[in-house]
Amino acid sequence: MSRIADTFARLRAAGRTALMPYLMTGYPERDSALELAPALEEAGADLFELGVPFSDPLADGATIQRASERALANGIRLEHCIATVAELRKRGVRVPIVPMGYYNPFLQYGLERLARDLAAAGADGLIVPDLPPEEAQECYAACREYGLDLIFFVAPTTPDERIARIAALASGFIYCVSLTGVTGARRELWRGLPAFLERVRRQTNLPLVVGFGISSADHVREVGRYAAGAIVASALINVIEQSPPGEYVARAAEFVRLLRG
Amino acid sequence: MTFNLHQALSLEVARAGRFGPYGGAYIPETLAPAVAALEQAYADARQDPAFWAELDRLHRSYTGRPTPLTFARRLTEYLGGARIYLKREDLAHTGAHKINNALGQGLLAKRMGKTRIIAETGAGQHGVATATVCALLGMECVIYMGVDDMARQQPNVFRMRLLGAEVRGVASGSRTLKDAINEAMRDWVTNPDSYYLLGSALGPHPYPTMVRDFQSVIGREAREQILAATGRLPDVVLACVGGGSNAIGIFHAFLSDEGVALRGVEAGGRGITPGNHAARFAGGRPGVLQGTYTYVLQNDDGQIELTHSISAGLDYAAVGPEHALLHDQGRATYTTADDEEALDAFQTLARLEGIIPALESAHAVAEAIKLAPTMRPDQIILINLSGRGDKDIFTVANVLGVKV
Repeated sequence: MSRIADTFARLRAAGRTALMPYLMTGYPERDSALELAPALEEAGADLFELGVPFSDPLADGATIQRASERALANGIRLEHCIATVAELRKRGVRVPIVPMGYYNPFLQYGLERLARDLAAAGADGLIVPDLPPEEAQECYAACREYGLDLIFFVAPTTPDERIARIAALASGFIYCVSLTGVTGARRELWRGLPAFLERVRRQTNLPLVVGFGISSADHVREVGRYAAGAIVASALINVIEQSPPGEYVARAAEFVRLLRG
Repeated sequence: MTFNLHQALSLEVARAGRFGPYGGAYIPETLAPAVAALEQAYADARQDPAFWAELDRLHRSYTGRPTPLTFARRLTEYLGGARIYLKREDLAHTGAHKINNALGQGLLAKRMGKTRIIAETGAGQHGVATATVCALLGMECVIYMGVDDMARQQPNVFRMRLLGAEVRGVASGSRTLKDAINEAMRDWVTNPDSYYLLGSALGPHPYPTMVRDFQSVIGREAREQILAATGRLPDVVLACVGGGSNAIGIFHAFLSDEGVALRGVEAGGRGITPGNHAARFAGGRPGVLQGTYTYVLQNDDGQIELTHSISAGLDYAAVGPEHALLHDQGRATYTTADDEEALDAFQTLARLEGIIPALESAHAVAEAIKLAPTMRPDQIILINLSGRGDKDIFTVANVLGVKV
């Protein structure tokens, strides 16, 4: 059983909603993730999504765009992201770590080499927002070979029969996009979310993890009624961005404890 | 046995829209149904003679097609070599070939029942064409444009607004065409019921095919016109290549004419060093940008390079995927003209022919200036003069140190 599957099985038995914070590698500083991840794990994070910066993040809103630009300005390369995973494992982070990034840097690195190096570093899966299943053949094969879960997305616009086909391929969890739009903190959850998640639920028994727009403990609690987990990205980056210098680790951990409820 | 994801998915459309290895549809899941619906709608329209009849009627009565073919007599004499003919897309309504695609897609959007159109623009020509078509067909229009491009193409910004479009400035990234496309795609992800009217033969399938189909009217007309005027086919067809829609539009009719050399001209900018040009074949390698696999200017890490060209319409980090295939096959060759050569060509054509070309098109003219003297007087160069240069006079005046 993969570490991701194992994590969800354990949380499910404990009746706990998985909380998956998103950290951008190299944001706000080059090695921030090495401080942030252990602190957030301690504060109650159950998995991590670890962003790999890209110059043209077209599925992301302004917050993650800024974080991505900052990370690139800090000189972050894919090699550094992989090394960050390895270093986090060395420092005792035990929860699943799932790198997330756009396809081109992965393609240029080499998909097989990427899967091999990520697996060796201790990563558990891969999320690629601009790689729909139609284009994912090579990446899927590489991830399978090295035991990584390639995480697929479903969106409110995805028809039932397509959800079924995507679910048949998916492993680890299914990333359910909570709204029709780009990433970014929102005040309210989309009203259609429960019905959408119910529609996905009918097609699969895999854990459903909801991302995009989740920004408060209320949101996490609400999502927990219909899904196995919640991803918090832009709202967490906003907290980091607005922290006084030197305090962002403590503030981020405090925010995660708040989300945990 | 290797695992076959596409069999497992039983996706019939898998790998659709490929030009050899290039093309595809690398898009967020939220857009996958919208792109599939577009693909289906276009496949239906493509088979429907009534759709093409309506487009043809509008081209004749509104666009001003067929556009003329002009023999550039004084330029030919001045260069003293091959005879040079110009396909006058600068005379199409709105001043560039962009209207061919905007009108085609506008009719498709109408047919799909869409009421809100999103588009990106670089030089502003596609934005103006889209705003024009939206006014004609009565649709809401939002245009994304990099703020740097807005500064250098102010007349077009004003024209779009006059035509009733909302122009939204994009201040992220390089603040040019690439960033405008990112922002248009973000709008589309947020509003998948809107119609994204992409302006070049770029982006996810079906755009590269659809845009090429709408632009191939240029080559069909030009081929007929040059045969009528000279009794033979040209030796060389020249076109500038940004995304590559005017080039693919004129090339397509000549693809199976083996004796006709096809040559695309990319922006050499200030020189072929990172960040100073937009020559994807000279300086790039295959990768994925904005939904398609093609030649992309990128660093070793797969991050997209900044680009530069004096012409906003060529200032883009990727080239249309069909050009990537034509390049690899050797059916078309791709060269560059730098900023200075384009500026010279801009002025030369104005003085010798009374035609002010768009700075984009001036890159193709620059190549003719290099090429014609090396050819015989019985040979023919056909240039796709893709747009007129009124929009560029402030840029050119600025470079020449003239106050307008």
